[in-house]
Amino acid sequence: MNDKIIYTSGQKFALIAMRLLIGWHILFEGFSKLLIPNWSSSSFLKESQWILKGFSNWIIAHAGVLNTVDLLNTWGLIAIGTGLILGIFTRAAAISGAILLFVYYLNNPPLIGLEYSVPAEGNYLVVSKTLIESAALVVLAVFPTGSFAGLEVLLNNFRNRIKKSEE
Amino acid sequence: MERGELKSTDSVNTGKLNNSKKVKRRALLKALIGIPVLGAFAFELSEKFTYDKEKKSRIINELGLNSYKAPEIIKSSSGAKSDLLRIGIIGYGSRAVSHANALGFMHPDHVEERTKSNRINDWLAQEDLNVAITGICDVFDLHAENGLATARNSFRVGGATSSNIPVKRYRTYQEMLENKDIDAVMIATPDHHHAQISIAAALAGKHVYCEKSPAILEDQLYKLYDTIKNSKIVYQLGHQIPQSVIFQQAKDIIKKDILGKVTLIETTTNRNTADGAWIRHLDNKGNPKPGDEKSIDWEQWLGNTPKVPFSIDRYYNWTKFFAYDIGLIGQLFTHEFDAVNQLLRIGVPKSVVSSGGIYYWKDNREMADLLHCVFEYPDRDLTLLYSATLANSRSRGRIFMGHDASMELGSTINITVDGDSTRYKKYIEAGLVDASVPMVSFNPNTGKVDAVSSATEKYYAARGLTTTNINGVQVDITYLHIKEWIDCIRNGKIPSANIERAFEEGVACIMAHRSYVEKRCMEWDPVKRRIV
Repeated sequence: MNDKIIYTSGQKFALIAMRLLIGWHILFEGFSKLLIPNWSSSSFLKESQWILKGFSNWIIAHAGVLNTVDLLNTWGLIAIGTGLILGIFTRAAAISGAILLFVYYLNNPPLIGLEYSVPAEGNYLVVSKTLIESAALVVLAVFPTGSFAGLEVLLNNFRNRIKKSEE
Repeated sequence: MERGELKSTDSVNTGKLNNSKKVKRRALLKALIGIPVLGAFAFELSEKFTYDKEKKSRIINELGLNSYKAPEIIKSSSGAKSDLLRIGIIGYGSRAVSHANALGFMHPDHVEERTKSNRINDWLAQEDLNVAITGICDVFDLHAENGLATARNSFRVGGATSSNIPVKRYRTYQEMLENKDIDAVMIATPDHHHAQISIAAALAGKHVYCEKSPAILEDQLYKLYDTIKNSKIVYQLGHQIPQSVIFQQAKDIIKKDILGKVTLIETTTNRNTADGAWIRHLDNKGNPKPGDEKSIDWEQWLGNTPKVPFSIDRYYNWTKFFAYDIGLIGQLFTHEFDAVNQLLRIGVPKSVVSSGGIYYWKDNREMADLLHCVFEYPDRDLTLLYSATLANSRSRGRIFMGHDASMELGSTINITVDGDSTRYKKYIEAGLVDASVPMVSFNPNTGKVDAVSSATEKYYAARGLTTTNINGVQVDITYLHIKEWIDCIRNGKIPSANIERAFEEGVACIMAHRSYVEKRCMEWDPVKRRIV
């Protein structure tokens, strides 16, 4: 059974450190959108080049949809970041973060032939940091990091105690 | 850390008090690992927020730009509005369609189109100007019919209040001007008619809204100026840019001397399409546009210009020929000149040199497709440069260059500090200002998306020529400009693009055009008030 797997402290430390770092980054991405007056995803979506281009243009063309997307995006990032840092709903946060980042990636993947008006901050071919961060969240999702450290530890203990008393 | 929580659970099972306490404490520490991280995050976030705010507000305060408030549309006073103003439109081409929309009238087909694309409400939100289009004059039957259908459409801004006022088609502008039921005219014909019709309208006591250019011939310009000055009518030239919110902001920046001493202003035209080069006799699908000798009164269209046989090329692409227009100068530099003149009041230049040629669009055109004009203002220590190409669309903007900073003025404003500025030296050294990126930018349209379709429309939008954003609503600036004219008619005031500005612009443009044609430097004699 999975429960029997015992992780070394090094493994735990590395995974928790990665979770906290990604959580920090995503949380700040969310807050910076909140703090920039009149921030909108429209300029990002306008740049959309690949398979999501049509969908992105559709979002931009509808003010109501755009507002909803902006709102969900900002608060989604804040919720995911908080979840990862605090270690609560960790797996849900990691999975939704991975999906969200993958959607960002699909909107402007560094593929040959796709040109963007804003240059990337590094040099990418097919793989970008966004894709790597998304993959890192998949890693976090498949390890029970919530039970290593985070509020889920308390939750688990609490559950165990109830289970115990029931027995 | 070595023992995972599975072991801790085991130890709980043993029931040993000591162990249990220890384990609980350890579990608690593990559980709360995120709290100090979150605390550190909150601290950093607030530090960053304060830093950004202080940095920004320090510069904004220092520059005195903190008092800026978004302007509101001034509502016409209800008393002055009570008289219905009856307007005749002379020349009902594409520009007149915008005029009619601004007046609160729209063709049924366009209403349908805009309803479908969700853009009808901004238009309906316009104030009802209490005007009626009572006359349409066009030499082309199709255009005149479009005008009539528009003026008669009861779906309009403010509701169908005046739908029963009859709309008449006039065959000639003279007939329209004779009619006492017309109070004011809007002229949107090809340029060779502008001065002549404006003069006749002023003499007939009709107020005039005329598209640029005011006049393409020197004598006509002087006559126009004298006639308007000696009349009581309100004359407004069709320059809508100064009505944009961003333009009011630019005025403030100039007034507060944020740029330092401005010695060079660069204005440009950057187009690269057939439509942008005034090849317009084909529709979107490449089929010839309508019109023939039967449906177009060619004699009247030619007016006082040399008699030539009917030509659909000349009819649609008249900008190409010097008999009807002065090319890029008349069509596009006029806007640039007005923008600069409204901001800096530069007036008539002392001298102008132009050069250029037909380098790309090798058709039968006379107008240059690459053109550069240099306007000198030695009294102001200022050079105004106009550089135009119809063979490349790289955006070169409209830039005011001062010793301390440059201002790029389009649909947004970007102020970039000069790396060698005296005034901002201390900020650059303190790392508060980066000379490689704009220090301050104003974008009233942030987060708002406006549907602009054709390349020419996009060109105009980027140069602040179509709409402006007032309190979150996209407002057509042509509407604001026409509204200013109408308010001035009712209140006896003088509009912004009045005859003085029109005269200055007319002289500057005719000097530039003559310099290109005569291949010599043109000078202005301020005493005789003549070009020499």
